[in-house]
Parts: sequence; C-alpha cells; structure tokens
Amino acid sequence: MKLALREKIDHSARLLFRTTGLLVIAILGGIFFMLLWNTVAFFLKVKPMDFITGTQWNPSGSKASYGILPLLVSTCLVTLGAMAIAIPLGIGTAAFLSEYAGKKLKNILKPMIEMLAAVPSVAIGFLGIVVLGPGIASLTGEPNGLNALNGAILLSVMALPTIITVAEDALHGVPQTYKEASYGVGASKWQTLIKVTIPAAAPGILAAVMLGVGRAIGETMTVLMATGNASAFPKGFFHSVRTITATIAIEMGEVPYQTTHYYALFAIAAVLFLITLAVNLIGEHFVNKFRKYQAA
Amino acid sequence: MSDQIKLSAKDVNLWFGSKQVLKHINISFPKNEITAMIGPSGCGKSTLLRSFNRMHDLSPDARIEGKFALDNLDLYQKGLSVTQVRSRIGMVFQKANPFPKSIYENINYGLAINDVPKADRPGIVENALRESYLWDEVKDELQKPATRLSGGQQQRLCIARAVALRPEVILMDEPCSALDPVSTAKIEELIVKLKKDYTIVIVTHNMQQAQRTADKTVFMYLGEVIEHDTTDNIFNHPKNELTANYVKGHFG
Repeated sequence: MKLALREKIDHSARLLFRTTGLLVIAILGGIFFMLLWNTVAFFLKVKPMDFITGTQWNPSGSKASYGILPLLVSTCLVTLGAMAIAIPLGIGTAAFLSEYAGKKLKNILKPMIEMLAAVPSVAIGFLGIVVLGPGIASLTGEPNGLNALNGAILLSVMALPTIITVAEDALHGVPQTYKEASYGVGASKWQTLIKVTIPAAAPGILAAVMLGVGRAIGETMTVLMATGNASAFPKGFFHSVRTITATIAIEMGEVPYQTTHYYALFAIAAVLFLITLAVNLIGEHFVNKFRKYQAA
Repeated sequence: MSDQIKLSAKDVNLWFGSKQVLKHINISFPKNEITAMIGPSGCGKSTLLRSFNRMHDLSPDARIEGKFALDNLDLYQKGLSVTQVRSRIGMVFQKANPFPKSIYENINYGLAINDVPKADRPGIVENALRESYLWDEVKDELQKPATRLSGGQQQRLCIARAVALRPEVILMDEPCSALDPVSTAKIEELIVKLKKDYTIVIVTHNMQQAQRTADKTVFMYLGEVIEHDTTDNIFNHPKNELTANYVKGHFG
C-alpha cells in the first residue's frame, strides 16, 4: 500500500515538473510566434526596404512613415554612450575588488554593488529627471537635460552591477599560479594585472561586457523618462532621442489594434529581440569559452 | 667548492595569523651548491623557501620576523623593491605554471618586465631554452602555446623562464612532484648542471632526489631546522634521531 502511494507521488511529481517545464517553453514559443506573426503582417503592408532605410518614424502623420533608423540610431547612441562609461568603470572596479581591495572592504563592497542592481529602473529614471537633467542643462546651456547623454549615464549605472560582478568572477577565477609565476619573475602588481590576469580573464570580461550591453539595450523605463523622446532623427548626445523600447512603451497604449501602426510596433520589437538575442548569444559563448578554459 | 655564503636566514619566525609556522630558523646556503630541504608535509619547508623571494608579501595574514640576506643585502629592508629581489632570486613552482601564451612569450615576458633591451631578447630566450635542454624540442615551434607542451617540458620551460633573468639563486618548490620518472630524471640532470652558475635550493619529498642532486640537505620538522649537513651525512650518518627516523621512512 505504502509503496503504491510512493509511486503515485513520484508519478504525479514527474507530471507536475514536466508540465511546468513545458509551460515555460510554450510561453516563450508563444511570445516568439506572436512577435513573428505581427511582424509578417506589418511587412505585408510596408516594404521592408522602407522600414530599414526610412529616416522618419511618424506613424500618426497624414502620410504615415515607418522608418526604424531614427529609433535604432537612438538605441545605439544611448547604449554606446552607456558602455563607454560602464566598461572602463566596471572593469576598473572589478580589478580593484579582485586584486587590490582587502577582504573586509570586498565583503562590504560586493553586496552593495549587487544591491545597485535591485534599484527599480523607475527610481533611476526619476534621478535622471530631477538630478542629472538639471545638471546637464546647466553645464551645456541647453533648455533641458533630457537627452541621450542623460540616458547613457543612467544606463551605465544600471549596467555596472552586471559588468562588475561577472568581470570580478572572471578575474578572481584566474589561477593563482599564473599570478605567482608573474610575480616570480619580478613583475609588479600592475604589470601582472595588465599583462597576465586581464588577458587570461578576457573571455569572462567580454561576457561581462556583452551582458551589460544586453541590459542597456533592453532597458525601457529609464530611457523613457530621461531621454526626452523627440521623434526627430537623433543629432548627438546633447539632443533628445527616442529609443526602440521607449517608442513601444509610449505608443502601444494608444494605438488602435490591428492597424499598420500596431503591427509596426511589433516589427521594431522583433528587431530589438534580434539584437538582444545576438548580444546574449555572444555573451553566453564567451562565458562558456571561459568555463572551458578554466577547466583545462 | 667555495664556502662563500650566498643566501641566509637569521632568527626567523613566521606566523600565518596566530599559527607559528617557522620557529627560530638559522640557515645558510653556500654559493654554487644545491641544498635540498626535506621534511614531512606542513613542516614549513615551502614556507621558508618562499620567504626568500618574498612571496609572502602577497598573503596579508603572514607576519615575518628575522633577517634574510642575499650576500650582504637585507632582503626585507625598507625601500628595497620586491621586484628586484625576485629578479635576483628566481623561483620554480610545484606545478608547472607557464602563462597561457606562446613558448617564446613565456620567457620574453620576464625580460620585458625587467627592461632587457628588445634586441637582446631573442638571443637570451634561445640561450635559456638551451640551458634548460628544451631548445632542440621546441626550436621550430616557439609560437606554439606553452600549455600544449608535456608536463615535463612545461616545467623545463618554467626553469628556462627563471634562468633567462640570470638570477643568482633559484628556488625550487617540489619541481618534480607532478612529473613522471623520465621527466624527473631530465630535470634532475638539468638541476645538477645549473649548479655551476647558480645557487639552488630545492624542496623535495623524494629522498632519492635529494640524494641524487643535493650537496647539502636540511631536515625540517614542525617549523624548525632539525639537522643541516652534507647529504651523505644526513642520509647515512644522521646525528638526530628524528632525522634518522625520517630518512629511513619511519614517519612522514
């Protein structure tokens, strides 16, 4: 009797876990399919060439235009800016944590940095509006500070925890014997870090960067709040921009269903999906490479 | 054989945290001789070895007392750069640890670090590889990753990396413990040949190795030097009972 009960529990547990596992796959597939379906619907109405090369995004004008370029350039601008700040800062911090900081300091700093990732994006966007925006405005003389630079700085703050944590793991994972060998021939700490430790950790550091990029590209609320959202073609860091994510967030709530505009938003979402997918795949690739190298 | 003292430690005590690992060590190593350090695991022989080229500078909880000298140079004196110490006292580690770079780069790295003129480097690299009897095996593939060499070749590369800097002393921390007998024999032969140019201190668990290579042998036990004599005396006429028991294999 007992045995039968145990087998029954075992059986239903297996059924339960299989269901949850398959459910995740089904949801993911469903989202992907929905994205694809609506994107195809969009391209039945608008020529792909117009979409890719069009320099104007104006879906609600009398003559609607669906050029993704201004949005794509905005997203790239903000992301590149964020990375220009976050990569050197992140790797520097990771190197400090792994090579220079004492045990006590590291034990305080690491959780604090990880906590930074838990700050809601809307709170960071809020800082962008009330602190960073006026600051940038007074420095540049522009009427307001809601521009690509503002978004880039905020995104760099948001990408930093990811970059620091993953890069620190990579640096920390470099075998002690490499460092000893380097010190053994008379190298200083700095020389060892630059010429031995960082090159040995390079795949892990690249993974950290890619994951940081992925974080920055997909971020919505912060850029929506901080970059001004002008739909004109972006002219530079000190101008207002409108990223892919912000565009979807702004327009999706007001667009009539099953219109070209509605499908267009799915199309740009699909582009965003492809970009983040590529970035994450590259990141994963480097993470795996680093693991293999560590095992060897 | 000259009796000139090359390397010495005087009244040395060393703690890791609150644990005393070395106790009242007084020891000296004559020039152009090979000294083997033997003793059971944890007796402090590696710790003593590593304190000569200041490897403990890297462990924050190590505390060292006493005087270490190379010739008349106080190795721990204020203002003396640790990198200078390490280029005069080379080290070969227990596990071969070539950098994940090419064979050539592995040796070139130390030269670059120590500001050897660029034009001289290829010659020095070749010379170091010849000295460590690796040249004939690798001369056609100097750009190959060093990690693809066999274990014995890797360890000889590490020795080449150390001798390329023309140190005065080479410290070896169980250099053959991870190698097969053939590679071990090659390295032992190399060590004996290096004696004419360098003063060598070698930590080993292998009694035969000490007898085959060393002029002098030091027996350490629980952080103290128990006996320090010619290798022949240590193994055949030990004065101390602990030494006798250890070399006969009764413990350790």
